Amino acid sequence: MAVNAIDVTDLTIAYKDKPVLWDVDMEVPSGTLMAIVGPNGAGKTTMIKSILGLIKPAAGQVLVYGKPYAEQRHLVGYVPQRGSVDWDFPTSVLDVVMMGRYGALGWLKRLGASERAAALDALDKVGMKSFAQRQISQLSGGQQQRVFLARALVQDAQLYFMDEPFQGVDATTERAIVTLLQELRSAGKTVVVVHHDLQTVPEYFDWVTMLNVRRIACGPVGDVFTDQNLRKAYGGKVAFLSAENGKH
Amino acid sequence: MDISQLFYDLFFDYTLRTVALGSAILGIVSGALGSFAVLRKQSLLGDAISHAALPGIVIAFLLTRSREPVILMLGALIAGWLATLFMLKVIRTTRIKDDSALGLVLSVFFGMGLMLLTFTQKLPDATQAGLDKFLFGQAATLLQRDVVTMAVIGALAIALLMTFWKEFKLITFDAEYAASLGYPVRGLDVLLTTLLVIAIVIGLQTVGVVLMSAMIVAPAAAARQWTDKLKFMVILGGLFGAIAGVSGTLISGSAEKLPTGPVIVLCMSVIVLFSMLFAANRGLIWNWFRNLKNRRHLRAQAVLSDLNTLAMQHPNEARGHSSAVLRAMSTNPDGVSLALSQLKEQGYAQELAKDAWALTQAGLDEAGKTSEKEA
Repeated sequence: MAVNAIDVTDLTIAYKDKPVLWDVDMEVPSGTLMAIVGPNGAGKTTMIKSILGLIKPAAGQVLVYGKPYAEQRHLVGYVPQRGSVDWDFPTSVLDVVMMGRYGALGWLKRLGASERAAALDALDKVGMKSFAQRQISQLSGGQQQRVFLARALVQDAQLYFMDEPFQGVDATTERAIVTLLQELRSAGKTVVVVHHDLQTVPEYFDWVTMLNVRRIACGPVGDVFTDQNLRKAYGGKVAFLSAENGKH
Repeated sequence: MDISQLFYDLFFDYTLRTVALGSAILGIVSGALGSFAVLRKQSLLGDAISHAALPGIVIAFLLTRSREPVILMLGALIAGWLATLFMLKVIRTTRIKDDSALGLVLSVFFGMGLMLLTFTQKLPDATQAGLDKFLFGQAATLLQRDVVTMAVIGALAIALLMTFWKEFKLITFDAEYAASLGYPVRGLDVLLTTLLVIAIVIGLQTVGVVLMSAMIVAPAAAARQWTDKLKFMVILGGLFGAIAGVSGTLISGSAEKLPTGPVIVLCMSVIVLFSMLFAANRGLIWNWFRNLKNRRHLRAQAVLSDLNTLAMQHPNEARGHSSAVLRAMSTNPDGVSLALSQLKEQGYAQELAKDAWALTQAGLDEAGKTSEKEA
């Protein structure tokens, strides 16, 4: 059981000739709730997408539970940025959540009662069951985020990637999401979250990876979430934040 | 020509029946696949593909010296396909963005097609006659076997659409998520685009390269107005396309010298216009009424709150206030009397004497609730 959920070695990704990630190592032990933080353009989203095989790395290796991602896909759930899709698409909340079952269902098979039940169950967990038949264009930002979370939940994964799940949601939704993340961790799952709000890192997460094209630090929040590392990642622009952090 | 004669011809006149059937098939296939193109924000891609088909048609003719529709359609298919690939290549390898790449491909291929067409028409033999009809289409040239070919290819395209329905829906909504689940998104993308090219090629003989993109975009745009479900949007798109196809054929068949293709597109435009105006929830008229209703409601609320303010200034005193006072307080004085009669109807306001308005107990309660919500 000592195998890491994620092992990234020497990962390098370039867009045209500009490096987005440069020689990055990252180890995430199983059962942790980890934040990836860093300034804009630090490569946080790129990191997630390359682990998911959505972006081809120029160099480096990614292992998920000790094997390449393609073999471990069924163990992985993904919550993309809410803004990455057109919410005016003609479909219902339930339909979107059932998309999380497509991978397990496979080609040519039709959705049935068990997919429906799983989707309703997941919607219940995010407090959106009564919205199942709602057209997705009628959802608020926080509700959209919950729908995406429910879609990942029905994947019934061991390892979850979430790209800025707290982006533009209200305090209630943020609390609900955090509770959900902690429940997932209690159930032995590993969750990797791209996160922007440095203040809440120590409260929400137990591991953190700090990126700025290169890896600045990766480890338990208590050990590596320090003023020095923050300054390295953000280049001294977070003086007020680190002062705040010092009080903890 | 009277209507009953027209319907009689529709079933018993060989030419009219063939053309109507062909137009219906073209409408169904382009409406159904067009729905996906529109949702994938590829409306303009359809335009580029149909224009780009022209050189394919002419080259297919030059190579084979045959005017068999199947051969010409094959040429159109290959050219439409190459144009798409060329465009994707331009987007991926240069700094040129999607819209410019589309314009580039459209004009380069179409220009080449026109040039080849002019060149072909100067050839001494007469077999090339009628090739220029592909510009605006000529439905009358449809033969029964052409329609059979269209039906077979169209049915195949629709069958593929139904087979991979779930996957196509997923990549249209969220391609990146589909990739994370392990679907070969690039391959599905190519397949769906190929089906779009097929839908376009089917219609070229009837509607022509210039107007064909209308049959891709318009039925889908009209269908989207009426439904919030992908399945119904695709079915409605096909239905609208078929209705436009058949009615366009009938109208152009009832008059001399009315070209079928443009009339079909005009019929389609009427359906779009109607849908834009009258569809429930999304239609302009519907929206206008909803806005009017909202505005009236807000105005009534504002007057309600003004009356409440006035009542608070005179506690323990049931006293009426003239509408002139309310008008002075209002940002929209012209709406005050309408708002007052609305409030009266709802039982929130009463007219104590002529032009002396006050809130009822229900009105006071309502005003209290509203200010609580605001606080």
